[in-house]
Amino acid sequence: MLQSGLKSGRSFVAAAGLALGLAAGFAGPASAQDTIKVGILHSLSGTMAISETTLKDVMLMLIDEQNKKGGVLGKKLEPVVVDPASNWPLFAEKARELITKDKVAAVFGCWTSVSRKSVLPVFEELNGLLFYPVQYEGEESSRNVFYTGAAPNQQAIPAVDYLMEKESVKRWVLAGTDYVYPRTTNKILEAYLKSKGVKDEDIKINYTPFGHSDWQNIVADIKKFGSAGKKTAVVSTINGDANVPFYKELGNQGVKAQDIPVVAFSVGEEELAGIDTKPLVGHLAAWNYFQSVDTPENADFIKKWKAFTKNDKRVTNDPMEAHYIGFNMWVKAVEKAGTTDSSAVIDSLIGVAVPNLTGGYSAMLPNHHITKPVLIGEVQENGQFETVSKTPGLVPGDEWSDYLADSKDLISDWRAPMSCGNFNVKTGKCGGKGS
Amino acid sequence: MHRALCWLLAAFLALAAPAAFAADLEPLVRGLGAGNYADTEKALAKLAETGDPAAVPVIEALQAGDLYVRKPDGAVVVAKRSGNGYALTDPVTGAPIGEADRNAVEKIKVNNALRRTMSAALGALTLMSPNAGVRWQAAEAVFKSRDANALEALDAALAKETDEGVKRAMTQARASVVLGSSAPDGDKLAAVEVLKDRGDQDALALLNGAAGNGSEAVKAAAGKAVAAVESRLALWGAAQNLWYGLSLGSVLLLAAIGLAVTFGVMGVINMAHGEMVMIGAYATFLVQEGFRAWAPGLFDFSILVALPVAFLVSGAVGVVIERSVIRWLYGRPLETLLATWGLSLALQQAVRSLFGPTNREVGAPSWMSGAFQLGGLTITYGRLWIVVFAFLVFGALLVALRRTWFGLSIRAVTQNRNMASAMGIRTARVDALTFGLGSGIAGLAGVALSQIDNVSPNLGQGYIIDSFMVVVFGGVGNLWGTLVGALALGSVNKFLEPYAGAVLGKILVLIFIILFIQRRPRGLFALKGRAVEA
Repeated sequence: MLQSGLKSGRSFVAAAGLALGLAAGFAGPASAQDTIKVGILHSLSGTMAISETTLKDVMLMLIDEQNKKGGVLGKKLEPVVVDPASNWPLFAEKARELITKDKVAAVFGCWTSVSRKSVLPVFEELNGLLFYPVQYEGEESSRNVFYTGAAPNQQAIPAVDYLMEKESVKRWVLAGTDYVYPRTTNKILEAYLKSKGVKDEDIKINYTPFGHSDWQNIVADIKKFGSAGKKTAVVSTINGDANVPFYKELGNQGVKAQDIPVVAFSVGEEELAGIDTKPLVGHLAAWNYFQSVDTPENADFIKKWKAFTKNDKRVTNDPMEAHYIGFNMWVKAVEKAGTTDSSAVIDSLIGVAVPNLTGGYSAMLPNHHITKPVLIGEVQENGQFETVSKTPGLVPGDEWSDYLADSKDLISDWRAPMSCGNFNVKTGKCGGKGS
Repeated sequence: MHRALCWLLAAFLALAAPAAFAADLEPLVRGLGAGNYADTEKALAKLAETGDPAAVPVIEALQAGDLYVRKPDGAVVVAKRSGNGYALTDPVTGAPIGEADRNAVEKIKVNNALRRTMSAALGALTLMSPNAGVRWQAAEAVFKSRDANALEALDAALAKETDEGVKRAMTQARASVVLGSSAPDGDKLAAVEVLKDRGDQDALALLNGAAGNGSEAVKAAAGKAVAAVESRLALWGAAQNLWYGLSLGSVLLLAAIGLAVTFGVMGVINMAHGEMVMIGAYATFLVQEGFRAWAPGLFDFSILVALPVAFLVSGAVGVVIERSVIRWLYGRPLETLLATWGLSLALQQAVRSLFGPTNREVGAPSWMSGAFQLGGLTITYGRLWIVVFAFLVFGALLVALRRTWFGLSIRAVTQNRNMASAMGIRTARVDALTFGLGSGIAGLAGVALSQIDNVSPNLGQGYIIDSFMVVVFGGVGNLWGTLVGALALGSVNKFLEPYAGAVLGKILVLIFIILFIQRRPRGLFALKGRAVEA
């Protein structure tokens, strides 16, 4: 009796579950007709949650805004949020799930280069659409990916130029976390510096593991390297959690920006929020956007962001602007194409221009990168950056670096008839590195 | 009558004199607000050239970011926040000149080049200050700026200087300026000697520069001085490395010592140990928030208050974990490992939901910021206190285990549970409290780590592997082993790093430990006797 009671209890639960599943199954296609689904593929747990959660929030805000304006093509947008948990293979699984199961029209996501590399084959196989919002090392171009973050020539090279011209730096420490983005960026920078006549002994390259927390002798080493009688600067591609102890150690050991400036490519407003910035005033960062940029568009964006998160202390940063640009480009391209079909949207995206937050327009180039201004900012006491230099015009993103031997002859152009991500201008053939 | 008139006149003159100076400075000060960095820098250079001490407060205000341009008339003013607007004062005289709306004034921006010019200008201008500390700073500023215009002021100041330390700094500053100028060889050779005696990295930078150009005699002398300074610095470098090793070792010790109780003494493989550290760090953050809100004046003591709070919070969480999860799993190491691993993920996500995924700022009290020089060593106060704290915690734990009744019960229960139970010890309670003690100590580590690392949900993950490594290497169940293990691993790591780099250094240490464990599976200090077999 008891046995059968338990059994029937179980089967009841199973039946209810089946019913729910059926209901959801029936509701699914019905609602899909009224809404367009947008996938958000950012880690909400694990090590990268610290950076990526914010991007999930900003996407929700942008979708919410667009829906208030009436959605796209007369339909409401519906965000589909998944959590790849900072686990690179899981990124690929979740991407597949978004495209095949949820049938999203576009995916906004990824942060680290390794997560992008992990989802790349999925997007190419299923002909999906990915907007990638973070500055990266370049040396890649895919028909299915749109890179709204900075390529090396939109961040690293202008930053080094600034230090050479304005601070007359002669000696360079390239310090980075040990993975693909810093290694490739430093390779490009090393080649660039040498092309500018910097000698071997004036370049020092240093790699540290992820989450490195004991910076005592590395900072001491930097001080020592800086005492050779030439102006020295540090170019930092240190990523993620390791930055806080690094900057704390710089402050404690008294490495002042006046003496040895540190220019960082992965430190934004969000990262500075965890540090006391008084000892760091004057250290630099290169981005395409700062929260402190004084334009009406930016003021409006910040106001909406604070209202959306209901937190007056939340800061904005560069990858958020990249999503802002990418999302608006996608909306415009879908409206231009009149459909959310990925092939049509991919073709109509090229040439689309939308306002950025720094008072200009960003356009999507045939190589799936965008035009952006480059800003150099100095850290202030309040944890914000003060822009000290801005490129006069927009810089077009260059995916294949001109300073690396094996990529300097490659270009990418996804318009017909070329439609190639790695066209070699020397041999006149499509296919080379990265094919 | 005449006499009174004279007094009056004198008084009037005395009052008028600074005003007359002020009138001279006025157009120069106005130039600071010209608009771009280059113009401001030019104006600043002119201001410094006057040699007028009245310019000092102006430059100091610019340095502090208090100098603004009043928009209607372009006047440069000092503005301080008051209510919704700004209270304005004249930068030269310091006299109040009314208030202004937030939008009516614009801050004069500075960049690194301007900051350098400012400290150079302040250095040259404050060489005659009545305060010896200020004069010393001025001399150091001139040493760095190598401003040839400051030479005259430096000579005048040197002639009047009575304080030995300041005099030495001024002589060194003079040497630095002379070496960079076109002075005759004789002067330069003397300068090289002075810098050689200073013998630190700044001096080395100047000597390296001098060894590269100039006359043969100066080049040769500078080259010799470089060699002398370098060999001296190399010696200090070794000592410095020892200090770094000690410092890293003390951090490892702090992280591992709680684990030495839960894993070492109790034998629980506690993968959530790192999260106890993290909870301690967040407790510190909350205590500091409290201080910021209610007692900002006492902020320097916040860390001291955070210590017991973190201990109790982490300890309480530890007791709850032991009572709810671990006590069902004694003697089943694999299940314990999996359960605590799950717990660690759950705790991380709970903290992430509560406090958000981003870093939280934990400030350093003033007595823990900055560094001091000990001979050729640079020792940061934060690290020094952490070393001291780690040894204090270690000592306290040792005393607690060896000399208290509670410690006696712990040892009794771990050595022979049945016997202890038969003697009337409530073993279940001792288990809970022991686990709580280990967790509480991890909380203490969290307070210290919040000073040098991120306070984020991932804080603990970075230390869990290292902690296990230390405990296993030192010998499970032996506190002294943990101490020696932590210090040894810290030093080995720091000695490898300069040669092998941080990444390879870490790998080499891991390989070393694997080989070591192959040879001595029970670690450095193996427990012997019947306890081992139990």
